Amino acid sequence: MIIFAVLSGFGLAFLAPAICRWAKERSGWWLAILPFALTLYFFSLLPGLAEGEVQSLALAWSKELGLTFSFRADGLSLAFALLVGGVGALVAVYAGGYFGTKAPVERFYFWLFFFMASMLGVVLADNVILLFVFWELTSLSSFMLIGFEHDRNEARTAAIQALLVTASGGLVMLAGFVLLAQIGGSWELSSLVLRGENVRANPLYLAVLFLILIGAFTKSAQFPFHFWLPNAMQAPTPVSTYLHAATMVKAGVYLLARLYPVLGGTPIWLWAVGGVGAATMVLGGALALSQTDMKRLLAYSTISALGSLVMAIGIGSETALKAMVLFLLAHGLYKGTLFLVTGSVDHESGTRDVRHLGGLRRAMPYTATGSTLAALSMAGVPLFLGFVAKEYLYEAAYKVGALWITLVFLGALLNVLIAFRVGVAPFWLPAPAESGLPKRPHEAPWSMVVGPLVLGALSLILGVFPQVLGSVLVAPALSAAAGERLEVKLAAWHGVNEIFLLSLLTLGLGIGLFAIRNDVQRIAARLALPWGLDTLYQRTLDGLFALASLQTRVLQHGYLRYYLITIIVAVVGITAGGLFRWGGGSLPHLSLDLRFYELGIAIIIVLAGGVAVLSRSRLGAVAALGVAGYGVASIYLLFGAPDLAMTQFLIESLTVVLFVLAFYHLPNFAQLTPKRERMRDVVIALITGGLMTTFVFVAGGIQIHPSISQFFVENSLPLAHGRNIVNVILVDFRGLDTLGEITVLGIAGIGVFALLKLRMDQHPAKGGRPAQAGTKGGKE
Amino acid sequence: MNRSLVLPIVIPLLTAVLCLLFFRKPQIQRWVSVIGAMALLVVSLWTLRFIWDEGIQAVQIGNWPAPFGITLVADLFSAVMIVLAGVLGLAVAVYSLDSVDAQRQAFGYHPLMHFLLMGVCGAFLTGDLFNLYVWFEVMLMASFVLLALGGERGQMEGAIKYVTLNLLSSAIFLAALGLLYGLAGTLNMADLARKFASSATASSNAIVTALSMLFLGAFGIKAAIFPLFFWLPASYHTPPVAVTALFSGLLTKVGVYSLIRVFTLIFIQEFDYTHTLLLVIAGLTMITGVLGAVAQNEMRRLLSFHIISQIGYPLMGLGIFTPLGLAAAVYFVFHVSLAKSTLFLISGVIGRLRGTFDLKKLGGLYKAQAWLAALFLTAALSLAGLPPSSGFFAKLSLVQAGLGQGQFVIVAISLGVSLLTLFSMIKIWNEVFWKRPPVLEDVDGGEITLQRDWTWLAPILFLVGLTLLISFGIGPAFEIAAQAGRQLMTPQLYIQAVLGGGR
Repeated sequence: MIIFAVLSGFGLAFLAPAICRWAKERSGWWLAILPFALTLYFFSLLPGLAEGEVQSLALAWSKELGLTFSFRADGLSLAFALLVGGVGALVAVYAGGYFGTKAPVERFYFWLFFFMASMLGVVLADNVILLFVFWELTSLSSFMLIGFEHDRNEARTAAIQALLVTASGGLVMLAGFVLLAQIGGSWELSSLVLRGENVRANPLYLAVLFLILIGAFTKSAQFPFHFWLPNAMQAPTPVSTYLHAATMVKAGVYLLARLYPVLGGTPIWLWAVGGVGAATMVLGGALALSQTDMKRLLAYSTISALGSLVMAIGIGSETALKAMVLFLLAHGLYKGTLFLVTGSVDHESGTRDVRHLGGLRRAMPYTATGSTLAALSMAGVPLFLGFVAKEYLYEAAYKVGALWITLVFLGALLNVLIAFRVGVAPFWLPAPAESGLPKRPHEAPWSMVVGPLVLGALSLILGVFPQVLGSVLVAPALSAAAGERLEVKLAAWHGVNEIFLLSLLTLGLGIGLFAIRNDVQRIAARLALPWGLDTLYQRTLDGLFALASLQTRVLQHGYLRYYLITIIVAVVGITAGGLFRWGGGSLPHLSLDLRFYELGIAIIIVLAGGVAVLSRSRLGAVAALGVAGYGVASIYLLFGAPDLAMTQFLIESLTVVLFVLAFYHLPNFAQLTPKRERMRDVVIALITGGLMTTFVFVAGGIQIHPSISQFFVENSLPLAHGRNIVNVILVDFRGLDTLGEITVLGIAGIGVFALLKLRMDQHPAKGGRPAQAGTKGGKE
Repeated sequence: MNRSLVLPIVIPLLTAVLCLLFFRKPQIQRWVSVIGAMALLVVSLWTLRFIWDEGIQAVQIGNWPAPFGITLVADLFSAVMIVLAGVLGLAVAVYSLDSVDAQRQAFGYHPLMHFLLMGVCGAFLTGDLFNLYVWFEVMLMASFVLLALGGERGQMEGAIKYVTLNLLSSAIFLAALGLLYGLAGTLNMADLARKFASSATASSNAIVTALSMLFLGAFGIKAAIFPLFFWLPASYHTPPVAVTALFSGLLTKVGVYSLIRVFTLIFIQEFDYTHTLLLVIAGLTMITGVLGAVAQNEMRRLLSFHIISQIGYPLMGLGIFTPLGLAAAVYFVFHVSLAKSTLFLISGVIGRLRGTFDLKKLGGLYKAQAWLAALFLTAALSLAGLPPSSGFFAKLSLVQAGLGQGQFVIVAISLGVSLLTLFSMIKIWNEVFWKRPPVLEDVDGGEITLQRDWTWLAPILFLVGLTLLISFGIGPAFEIAAQAGRQLMTPQLYIQAVLGGGR
């Protein structure tokens, strides 16, 4: 069943365009059926979980690569799966109203459900590589959805940024996964969880930890990788709600919680994970201060919330993990609501700027209700789920130290401010007199009201009765994250203690800040740094382009002669290196048994070579080459191969004649290169020639094995019935070579014919074929 | 059966000769060309099947016993490469029908293409180093004429650089062959492997290693590794797209094939030296190639630089030198050839639709051609190695092999380069598909439909389908690669198949 839960989502994605064409403006409702059914299915698994019954399934995929198609639904997985399914259904309905029928809505739904299925895959996969596959697919669908309005440059830029940041983290994480599997001895998370001791004792533990952390941190927008998330708000609001608040950005949190039993519990874990989480939590809240766009405000508060979740996992105590699970749900509910509300407000009033909004309560009563419920939960008002979660978070931080609780306090305080600015002020405070809204606001259609109302109401209901969650969901999730079976009893009310007082103080101070919000915003805007990591990202890209074009100019400059020099120097270099390693130690004594006429021929060849290089006229050079060729042919003659020598003489003569004919109309060589360059060329040529000569001497001197040529001498006549060994080799022993060479000649014939006859420049190409590039000059 | 190993050489030869017989009737050549390519594909698949069942096969041409005659050998790696040649041959043969203009088709385009395939298959099959040189010459001449065919100015410039630098490779190769024959007295690969293994002294090992550097240079030029790759970006964007697609899938791969062959079979005496050098070259090739791509704004040039970058990956597998590393290399070569050829074919469709390959002048194709966008995205993301594409599994296997051997540096480089690959694929996506077209000029290509333009689209669909097949069917696909990797790491099997077990 689990496998169908994942795959059905991909099926729905591919069917979505057809459904959209069929159901028109009601598509949202129809499309929501599957996510809703999936949510019910995940619910139905919960009771079994409480009794320790875990659904799992494994199919082989590639044994060689450690890849299985294995899924496993334990408490932690289901907590996330419920969010993915539930919010998915509501967002599908909402998007129906948000887009109407004008946008290319079928492509939107395709990628939305593609994402949903991938995200379910992430949280349900048991095999680490399978998890990674789905992980990257969520990045891809996020990319396509952020860039949904791709006519806008900002949307495209933000999409690319999000993809590059998360994909680079993903690649680092992939290395971490592979290392983890290699040192842990298994590709399945369920087995790795049992081998945490071994993994943590391994010398590669730190490497694994940091590699995986980078993946989780980029995905979950932790400092210093957080900057992509606010930019991702270029996405349509349903996307921001679903991917960039409720689910995808929590994939990193899921992974950390999942791997806590394997990698967690060490001091470095506390500081690396907890520290980064805490820093992100405060930083996200602080960066929100200067913002006025509802979506960006929410984005920064999401960063802050993700920080809290990561911090809780970093602390890793039972209370902390409990806080993490509760906060995960609370945040999913209230942040989902607030994003949807933002979309409705934007849709109906035409702006998202909190400075211009106010008094929408009358025009949009239902939206206002959902929004208020969510904001109160986010602010941590008692009786809301957000309050319960925050209590546990305080308690967990309280046990670790003063520093931690101070940070949590700061983060919570800033979130109270954001909650009121986004969720309360636009509805309950009077509209600022000086600014009229672009549109006359009215209530959003039903499809856009259901989501906020349901999620907002859940924030309250679950806050009043948290015990419902306790044993059914929180306990199994917590047990999975902690790696041991734990019982959970939750209560809405813990009595009046230090923590409760701290909660009250947070709320009070937060409301105080809210009262002076405009001053706070102005001051924060003035204090904001002129550059941030966003700029660093841009500079990195610019630097990359600069480096790339510099490198390409240096390497691929277009001058054939320098290409030749580079290649020759490289090949000679590595070969000389090889000879140097050999060192010549065992070179046998070379007996140069030279006759005087042999020496004479050698001198003639060398001199002819020199003339060919130095000659100023083409004809002179060709003639000199001919002399060298004749010299070589004479050597064949001297060593008993008269037939070879004859062939060679013929070829040399023919070549010279052909060259002379071809060169007749060409001018003398021009001296274009300066003297220094020619000297350089001389040096390179001498070294190359010297190296090859040395090598020939060496190879001639050491014969590791005798040649097989004796076979040809012995068998040419008796077996192949030919007296001329060379001929027999050519046509019989190695006839295939000759076939190949004949083919080469044939091709050359076609080539000559075609090149002489066919000039496309003079016969314009038929219509539609693009003009060829590179026709402008000497450069490539 | 063994004798049928000659079929992958004979079929393209016959096809080419038949085409030449109908030189004045291009209409008939078109049919012959497509049918010949189909036959090659069928035979190649059958060969693969046979070798999978029966192990490495060898045939002695002319019945002269090895090492005296020429031996054709096919292990799984060869067979996989032959299948690749068959697949790309068929795809490009069909794609050429409409995309290559009538004049070129009338002046020998089809026979040249099949001569090229013949050379490629010969190189994949031969068990003799001199014979390999001959096939290199066949390939070089055929590809040079194909590059120059049409005689446009840009083409000629590219072709001159191409042929000059490749002749340098031939010269080095030939010199190295002479030296090798002097040392070992044979050029039969199995015989060389056996002889070098039987007489290993420190000194002879060192001299063989020094000689292997010349082969590295010669094959490296063919494979377009750093710093020998200049001919490739200088020429690949000049001929018709069909030609570039065929070249991109096969030519450099022959270089890689040869490197893998000789550095797993013959030159393995001092692998800690040679294969570390290979790893260094692999890293530099990946980096310089991808940076070259990042700097481009013309689709075909951008893709050409990626060819270089992706040559580094199979070299990395070779440098790691474990069965898994070589399996990864085999899988990678197959995957990347499919993906890259697909991208070139798609760029040809885009060029036809919009009349340009310039990223700055393109745009709006996601709205206008959703299906083309989907095909591009599949191929591009596969090239960039996004899961669950074949590129991802190729990368994953390399990372596993590298980390398993503690080769952290090359793994880091390969991952970084794959990010940059993703970046430049996204760049094409952004410019060509997402952004609004800069000026709404007259588009003379108009709509492209499967019914009317099936010769353009069917090859792309075929290749994308295969990419998906080896992605989702990674289990069996990688099993073949793994078996090929194990064969490569067990040279005795190859030697036995050629020279017989008794020797």
